[in-house]
Amino acid sequence: MAFTFAAFCYMLSLVLCAALIFFAIWHIIAFDELRTDFKSPIDQCNPVHARERLRNIERICFLLRKLVLPEYSIHSLFCIMFLCAQEWLTLGLNVPLLFYHIWRYFHCPADSSELAYDPPAVMNADTLSYCQKEAWCKLAFYLLSFFYYLYCMIYTLVSS
Amino acid sequence: MHSSDGQGYNPSAPGSYSHQMPAKVPPHQSSGQYNYSSSQIASQLNNYQGPGQILNRVAPPSGSPVQQAGSVPQVLPPAPQNSAASSAGGFGAAPPGLSSWPYGQAPASHPGGSQTSHLAHVAGTASIHPPSSLPGNSNPPGSYQYAASPGGPPLQNSYMKPATTHPSPATPNVNMGRNVGYSYPNLPPGYQNTSPGAPGLQAPALQYPDGSKPFHQPPLGPNHLTASMGTLSLQQEGLRPVNLLQERNILPTTILQAPVPNLHEDIQKLNCNPELFRCTLTNIPQTQALLNKAKLPLGLLLHPFKDLSQLPVVTSSTIVRCRSCRTYINPFVSFLDQRRWKCNLCYRVNDVPEEFMYNPVTRAYGEPHKRPEVQNATIEFMAPSEYMLRPPQPPVYLFVFDVSHNAIETGYLNTVCQTLLDNLDLLPGNTRTKIGFITFDSTIHFYSLQEGLSQPQMLIVSDIEDVFIPMPENLLVNLNENRELIQDLLKTLPQMFTKSLETQSALGPALQAAFKLMSPTGGRISVFQTQLPSLGMGALKSREEPNQRSNAKDIHLTPSTDFYKKLALDCSGQQVAVDLFLLSGQYSDLASLGCISRYSAGSVYYYQSYHHKHNPVQVEKLQKELKRYLTRKIGFEAVMRIRCTKGLSIHTFHGNFFVRSTDLLSLPNVNPDAGYAVQMAVEESLSDMQVVSFQSALLYTSSKGERRIRVHTMCLPVVATLSDVYLGADVQAITGLLANMAVDRSVSASLSDARDALVNAVIDSLAAYRSSVLSIQQPGLMAPRSLRLFPLYVLALLKQKAFQAGTSARLDERIFTMCQVKNQPLVYLMLMTHPNLYRVDNLSDEGALNINDKTIPQPPILQLSVEKLSRDGAYLMDAGSVMYLWVGKNCGQNFISQVLGVPNYGSVPQNMTHLPELETAESIRTTTFIAWLREQRPFFPILYIVKDESPLKSSFLQNMIEDRTESALSYYEFLLHIQQQVNK
Repeated sequence: MAFTFAAFCYMLSLVLCAALIFFAIWHIIAFDELRTDFKSPIDQCNPVHARERLRNIERICFLLRKLVLPEYSIHSLFCIMFLCAQEWLTLGLNVPLLFYHIWRYFHCPADSSELAYDPPAVMNADTLSYCQKEAWCKLAFYLLSFFYYLYCMIYTLVSS
Repeated sequence: MHSSDGQGYNPSAPGSYSHQMPAKVPPHQSSGQYNYSSSQIASQLNNYQGPGQILNRVAPPSGSPVQQAGSVPQVLPPAPQNSAASSAGGFGAAPPGLSSWPYGQAPASHPGGSQTSHLAHVAGTASIHPPSSLPGNSNPPGSYQYAASPGGPPLQNSYMKPATTHPSPATPNVNMGRNVGYSYPNLPPGYQNTSPGAPGLQAPALQYPDGSKPFHQPPLGPNHLTASMGTLSLQQEGLRPVNLLQERNILPTTILQAPVPNLHEDIQKLNCNPELFRCTLTNIPQTQALLNKAKLPLGLLLHPFKDLSQLPVVTSSTIVRCRSCRTYINPFVSFLDQRRWKCNLCYRVNDVPEEFMYNPVTRAYGEPHKRPEVQNATIEFMAPSEYMLRPPQPPVYLFVFDVSHNAIETGYLNTVCQTLLDNLDLLPGNTRTKIGFITFDSTIHFYSLQEGLSQPQMLIVSDIEDVFIPMPENLLVNLNENRELIQDLLKTLPQMFTKSLETQSALGPALQAAFKLMSPTGGRISVFQTQLPSLGMGALKSREEPNQRSNAKDIHLTPSTDFYKKLALDCSGQQVAVDLFLLSGQYSDLASLGCISRYSAGSVYYYQSYHHKHNPVQVEKLQKELKRYLTRKIGFEAVMRIRCTKGLSIHTFHGNFFVRSTDLLSLPNVNPDAGYAVQMAVEESLSDMQVVSFQSALLYTSSKGERRIRVHTMCLPVVATLSDVYLGADVQAITGLLANMAVDRSVSASLSDARDALVNAVIDSLAAYRSSVLSIQQPGLMAPRSLRLFPLYVLALLKQKAFQAGTSARLDERIFTMCQVKNQPLVYLMLMTHPNLYRVDNLSDEGALNINDKTIPQPPILQLSVEKLSRDGAYLMDAGSVMYLWVGKNCGQNFISQVLGVPNYGSVPQNMTHLPELETAESIRTTTFIAWLREQRPFFPILYIVKDESPLKSSFLQNMIEDRTESALSYYEFLLHIQQQVNK
């Protein structure tokens, strides 16, 4: 039983992973909110409601944008930590998502100063469903990795 | 095609027969009647006696106290279709509708991982959502039982009687009422079929109890139709593949008509006019798999607010809508009995409200199926009070003028102010109309038009970092009460800034000020800008580098700042639309500026190098377009929703608007010149349906302060085989939708990517046709008859300014064309892409149309190739918003003197834009023909007379798309390229 750097990494990632899970859940809720306007059709057509709804959309998009960097940086922190701790298997499991994040980050609309989640773009039904699926997949991934980190943490603590 | 609204001419005249018509029409129609259905629609609309006329103030029949209770539309939770998951697709850079059409196969220019990750996702999505198909399958059976119940037919038969026994009093409506009244009971069988086998059995039971129907009623649906009617020969004609490499003259000589959906004629004649509502595939494939196999995009093209001269308007305290999906009652619903109707979109059975039983047209009771709502696919409702929570907004117009030195130089202010003065009385509005003016250079100037002032008072705000509104109450004033002051201002405005040396332009702050001024009411902001904004928020930098124009990768199609987009969204929330008039010689970054109009549902006008002296042609163009802009109809605080039968889903919208919740488009202003497109996917199998329907509903406040709903409904058959899908392909609509998708693609990926995708769309669809439909592999490039113009149109798109490769198009021009692609209705988009060419020096009365005692010659349309031009002729090219009359060097003396009114070729003036009105037969023929073309569109296309040496010759020749240019293939080369790819 020894408290190695690897064990420390797993403990830290366990905590951060919980945060990521929370992010993913929040994303799912946010996209659901964007997709469905919980108003009757007649109310939706009402100009007064239009303003409210638009504010709502902009607020959600703003928050979504705010969350992009923290999420991506937390995840890349995992990768760096596991690289340092020479946990190759764990690193290998995380690398695909890291690449995906890098691609997403740099593949935002060319000249725009902003990341994704731009209200007119995100309100496209196609994009929305893509984002929602992405959020579900991430949730699943983070949940699985949570338990995996837990297992690995105990394993490293016990084995060495 | 003919956009004349009820001009009364007959589209089925011999001259307008088109090869494009699908041949699968019932055989009792001879070829000369191919246009039958479209003319029928026109005449049907004609039966109503005038624009905006209110047909009926419904006086509910007395003695029906229950009626009130039942008539209040119930407020329900969101329509289920909202929550139904829509199809898969990519994010951001991903092509729209990746899964549903061949764009996915375009050569990827993304960094390596991108394409694969998209594809992986798409593949993953298919398996996630199958549960959503359950409700679709479980619901209909229950309602089908209703339809099949023995009680149905007798009841429907009883509908027939009133129609025959009560001749209706209003004569113009008699015909309509009777026609459709007879046909109505026949409508349901298609919907009522319990299984594909049953309709044949059921249909006879429904037929013509009184024997008044002269013809046999076949069951609905394409398969039954063809089988029972034995239209095999016709069908084969339609299916007969065309070898594009061999058929030299595939372009029809008359204007191409939209294909007629293969529906029973009684239903087809109720169907929506294709000018308003068009689908890329008039035979809807049953499953997404079938659609994917066909490699054709599925989508709708709409022109919902088109000016219609005859539009039935219904005033009623209850608007009958489906209780679950909120569909408006339409001609394609089925009445189970007198008291119940079944929604054709969600198949829910609804009650018919008491009030609906009374038919105001025939003044008869108990015939809900003859109400105008059920007789017209296009109808307008006056919305009752529950559709507005705030009082309808007054028409408010705000004009924002650039008055920097550069703007004064161009002299546009004179033209605009004069046009505005002339049309002040014609601005759509009522006594509540408000108007205001803002001018800006490096500061912002407001004009107080307070009553009692002897002259307008100018207020200057120089704090452009934090704009405020000085005395907000007098800046927007009532047009009628302050007319003199306004006219005063318009007269003095052009002279006020002639000495200005201010070169800076603070467009951003001016727009912010305009937005603040407008936000309490909503309305329309018209912005006139002549240069790149350089001060305050929204200042832009020049991004066009002339040397790099050729480098397709580096061109800036995306906005450089979010400022305009954000402001547009704010505007959208406050029901303000911004229309941008850009009159600029240099680069003005339309890609960024255009966002202000795009997301606030405005429109963009671009006059390149506008100058009152150096460019008089643009001046006239601005005058004409501004007149149309000022006087055209306008709808405020509008929303549009497009619904479709359960099983189909709408996933991407094209046009100028903001999508507020997945299926609701927010349109602060709606104008009659705007078109929209949507892409669709087949989410659940449609195999248990014969037909599907689409409904667009546009709720708006008219300039008179009425809340109105304009509803269009279209009904299309569902088919199960690939060859039927190809048979019903509407090549113009497909081209239009592809153009819209390609614009998105060029912005999200790159121009070359979009070009590749366009070419691939042709290759994939023809390859799919070759491998899946053609049983015998023949040499050559085979295309289904319906798609024989597809390569030509795509080539035309590739050569169009928006997508052309090479350096000739300036960036702003290119982006403007892209804006037009997105915002133009299909008809004009097609003319813009593939203009019509006519030879006009030898016009004759042969095959001419006769309208109002005028003989309008109908010259054949020629292919767009220089080889069709001869030096001794004169040719008219109709490109939608412009027309070119090219006069050959050796053009007959007759034409030059009799039509152009000049002695010889050399004396034809350089900048001639008008034909003189001469008393000669030739002149009358030419001018009536041009006038006829112009009459068909709401704007005024300018006629340029082009000589060999005139500078406009290049723009004329640029439209010769079948010819080879330095950077693009000729039509034949393009075909060879496609053939090579198809046969691979």
